[in-house]
Amino acid sequence: MVAREETPILAMIGITKVYPNGLVANSKVDFQVQRGEIHALVGENGAGKTTLMKVLFGLEKADEGDIFIRGQKVKISSPHDAIRHGVGMVHQHFMLAPSLTVAENIVLGAEPRRGLWFDRKKAEEISRSLSEEYGLHVDVRAPIKDVPVGVKQKVEILKALLRGSDILVLDEPTAVLTPQETGELFLALKALKEKGHTIIFISHKLREVKELSDRVTVMRGGRVVGTRKTAEISSEEISRMMVGRDVELRISRPTAASGKAKKVVLLAKNLQKYSRDGKEVLKKVSLQVRSGEILGIAGVEGNGQVELVEVLCGLSPADGGQVFIAGKDATGKSPGDIRNMGVSHIPQDRMIYGVAAEASIEENLVSTRYRTSPVSRGISLDLKAIRQISRHLIERFTIKATSPSQSVSTLSGGNIQKVVVAREFSTNPQVIIADQPTRGIDVGATEAIHRYLVEATEKGAAVLLVSADLAEVMGLSNRLCVMYEGEIVAFFPEASEVTEEELGLYMLGLKRQDPREIEAAMMGEAESRPASEAETGEG
Amino acid sequence: MKRDSLFEVVRTGLAIGLALLIGFIVTVLVSKSPLEAFKYFLTGPFTSTRRLGAFIEAAVPLTFTGLAVSLVFSAGQFNIGAEGQFFIGAVAATFAGIRLDLPPFIHALVALIFGAVAGSVAGFVPGYLKSRWNASELVSSLMLNYVFLKLGMYVITYHLRDINVGALVSLPLKETSWLPQFLPPTRLHAGIVVLVLCVIFCHWFLFRTGWGYEIRMTGLNLNFARYSGIPVTSVILYSQVLSGAVAGLGGAVEMLGIYRRFQWLASPGYGFDGVIIAILARNNPLLVPVGAIFLAYLRVGADVMAMYSDVTSEMVSVIQAVIILLVTAQAFLSGYRHRLVLREVKRHESAS
Ligand SMILES: Nc1ncnc2c1ncn2[C@@H]1O[C@H](COP(=O)(O)OP(=O)(O)OP(=O)(O)O)[C@@H](O)[C@H]1O
Ligand SMILES: [Mg+2]
Repeated sequence: MVAREETPILAMIGITKVYPNGLVANSKVDFQVQRGEIHALVGENGAGKTTLMKVLFGLEKADEGDIFIRGQKVKISSPHDAIRHGVGMVHQHFMLAPSLTVAENIVLGAEPRRGLWFDRKKAEEISRSLSEEYGLHVDVRAPIKDVPVGVKQKVEILKALLRGSDILVLDEPTAVLTPQETGELFLALKALKEKGHTIIFISHKLREVKELSDRVTVMRGGRVVGTRKTAEISSEEISRMMVGRDVELRISRPTAASGKAKKVVLLAKNLQKYSRDGKEVLKKVSLQVRSGEILGIAGVEGNGQVELVEVLCGLSPADGGQVFIAGKDATGKSPGDIRNMGVSHIPQDRMIYGVAAEASIEENLVSTRYRTSPVSRGISLDLKAIRQISRHLIERFTIKATSPSQSVSTLSGGNIQKVVVAREFSTNPQVIIADQPTRGIDVGATEAIHRYLVEATEKGAAVLLVSADLAEVMGLSNRLCVMYEGEIVAFFPEASEVTEEELGLYMLGLKRQDPREIEAAMMGEAESRPASEAETGEG
Repeated sequence: MKRDSLFEVVRTGLAIGLALLIGFIVTVLVSKSPLEAFKYFLTGPFTSTRRLGAFIEAAVPLTFTGLAVSLVFSAGQFNIGAEGQFFIGAVAATFAGIRLDLPPFIHALVALIFGAVAGSVAGFVPGYLKSRWNASELVSSLMLNYVFLKLGMYVITYHLRDINVGALVSLPLKETSWLPQFLPPTRLHAGIVVLVLCVIFCHWFLFRTGWGYEIRMTGLNLNFARYSGIPVTSVILYSQVLSGAVAGLGGAVEMLGIYRRFQWLASPGYGFDGVIIAILARNNPLLVPVGAIFLAYLRVGADVMAMYSDVTSEMVSVIQAVIILLVTAQAFLSGYRHRLVLREVKRHESAS
C-alpha cells in the first residue's frame, strides 16, 4: 500500500486557473498523488476536474501554483512537456485518426522508420508486444474506424504507455463503455498499477470509484474538499463532500411508468441501412414504442444503435423499411418535419449534433422552437422571451453557467449535456429518442434526468432509450431489447425480469432469440390488446 | 460582456497603431522626406471638403459589399461573388436608368430594384449549385465573377453603348434615375440613406429574425442546424441570394449616385474589399461601416500621399495587410487581456 511519508510522485500545489471570461475554475487547489496508486478525482459537473487535469497536461496554463513531479518542480507548458515528464492523458473525447490502423495510431508521432519510409511491420510488432505486456489486447491491424469504443480506449492507453507515461490520467473513461468493457478496463488498470504505474481516474460513478481506487480526492466549486482513503469512506460520504450537504444516494429510482397498453406512437418496420463501404449496418429492424412507456435498447456501442437513431430522426435516410410517428408516415422526412411531428432527440455525441459550441447557451436552447411563440413574434425574435426561457431552463436543469449569453464552448462536459437535455425535454415531446442521455453527468443530475424521462412518459410520451449503461436501461425501461450487429437479437416484454448476465450474453452475440418470436412478441403484443390502436400507420 | 467589447476596441486600436508604425517604417525606407509623406497619408483625407467627401464616398460601395459578404460568411458559405454581383447590379441599374421612362423618384427606386434583383440572381447560381450538388461555392462564385463581368460588358457594349463617344461608355442615364447629390463639391448622394437603411436591415435580419438565426446556426454548426430541424439547404440558398441582392443594390447605388454613364472597363474590386471588411467586422453588420470607412480612409490617404510625395500608393497595401493580420489574430494581446481579467477576479475575492 501507499506509504504516507514517501514523497508524492505528483504534487500540484496552490493551482489557480481563471478562464478568460473571469470564471475561476480552480482555486488554490492542492492535489497530491502517491506513486503506484489509483487515485480517483470526483466532483459535480463543473467542479473543475477536467481543468485541473488540463493544467497538468499542459493544455491550460495555470495562473498560480506549482507542479512537482517526483519531488522536482517542473514547468509544463505543453502536452509535449507533460509527456517528457511521464504524464499521459486519455481524453474524454478520443483523439485518434479513424482511417489509420490500431498500430499506426499507437506509434503516431513516434513512428519507426526504415530509411525514409514508415516501417509498418515494426510498428505492428511494437504495438503487439506492448499490448501483450500490459494485457490490453487489441487487433493491431484493424482500422480505428471499425473498432468499438472499448478498443479505442485501449489504443489511447497504449499510445500513452508507448511514450513512457507512468502517470496516466483518464478523464471519464467509463462514460462510453459497456459493463464488460469497463470490467476489462479495470483489470488492465489494476495490472498497470501492479507494474508501478500511477493512475488518476475521473468518474461520476461512485461504484467504480469504490471498486477501483485507493484514494479519492473530492472537488467542489473549483476547490478541493478533501482527499481520503477509499476504503475508509462510504459512497454517501463522498457524495456529501461533493455536494456540500446530505444527499440521499438511493433516492428510490422513479418506478417506470406502468406499461398500460396504449397506442403505438413510434413504429419502425424492417429498417435497412448500408454503410458507405457497403456493410449492412441495420438488418431489417422493426420495433414499436407505445405512449407512456420506455423501450430500452441495450447493446455494445457500434452495433447499429447510432444508425437506427439517425434514421428514426431523419438525419440519414433508410435504405429500406418504414417509420411511422403517431400513425403518420415519417419515412424519408426531414429532421425538421420529424420534430414537428413531436419527436425530440438527445444525440449520442453532443459536440457533433447537440450544440453549436460557439453560440450562446440561449441560442442553443431555442434551436428547436425559434419558429413558435413565444420565441417568435411574427418574423422577429422576442429576445426577452428567449432570455426568460433560458434563465428558467438553466435553473430547472441546474446548468452551471455565469450567464445565458455565455458561449457553450466554455461549459464543462456535463453542463453541455444538460443544455441538450434541457432543450429536448422542454418542448412537450410525444416521442423522445434518448441516446446515452446521462453521459458524463454527475449523480444528482442523472437522477433528475431519469425523473424527467419517467415524468414524460406519465404525460403520455413514448421514449426510446439507447444506453450502454446497463443499470440505466434495465432500471428505467418497461420493455427492453438488445441490438447486436445491426439486428434486434432479443426482446424482453418485462425489463424487470432480466438479469445483467443474461443481457450480457445477448449483447456479446453468444445467444439470440428466434427473430420471428421477437417480431411476434414486440409487434404483436399491442395488437392483441382490446383497446388497441396499434395498427396505426399500416391501414 | 462590457469588458469584452471594451477590450476588442482597445485591441483593434492597438493593432491599427502598430500597423501604422510599420507603415511609417516602410515610408522611412522608401521616401526622402518620410515625415511629410506620412503626414499627407494620415491627414490627407481631412484636408479639404472634397477629399473628406471622397473618402466617405469611397466607403459607400465598400459598406455594401462588406454587408453582402458578412451575410454569406455568417451562414458559413465562402461565397466571394460580391465582386460580380456588384458589377452586374450596376449594369442592371444602368439598363433601367437608360431604357425606362418613369417619374423622378420612382425611376431611381425601380433602377435600384433592378440592381438588387440582378445581384440576387447572381448570388442564386452558386447557392443553387451548392445546395443541389454540393459544388464548392468558393470556386463557383469566384469563376462566376468573370462570367458576370463579361456578361455586363457585353450588355453595355452591344446594347447600351453610346456610339457618339469615342471611349467605351454607355448612353447617359436619364436624370430621373439619378440619386440626388447634396453638399457639393463632394459627390455625397442620397444613396447614403439607402446604405444606412441597409445596415440596419442586415443587423436586424441577422440578429433579430428567425431567418438570421437560421443563417448563424447553420454557419456555426451545420450538423446541429440540421438536427435542430433548420432547413439548411434553403438557408444555404437564401443567404446567398440575399447577399447577392445587397451587393447588387450596392452596385446600383454607386452607379446612380456617382456616375452619369456606365464607364467601368474592369471590375472595380469592391467585392474583394468586401471580404476584407467582413473579416475586420467579424461579420457584424453594425461594424461593417466602421471597417469600410477605415479602409476608404487608407485608400484616400494613399492617393493623397502618392500625389504629393515620392511614395507610391502601393505602400498602402502593405499597411493594410499588416492591420488585417493583427486585427484578425485572436491571440494578439490575449496575455494582456488575461492579466486584466485576473486582476478583476482578485479584487473581487479580496472584497468579499
Ligand atoms: N474555455 C473555458 N472558458 C470559460 N470557462 C470554462 C472553460 N472551460 C471550462 N470552463 C468552466 O470551468 C468550470 C470547470 O470546468 P471543468 O471542465 O473543469 O469541469 P469538470 O469538473 O470537468 O466537469 P464535468 O464533470 O461536467 O466534466 C466550469 O464551470 C466551466 O464552465
Ligand atoms: Mg470534465
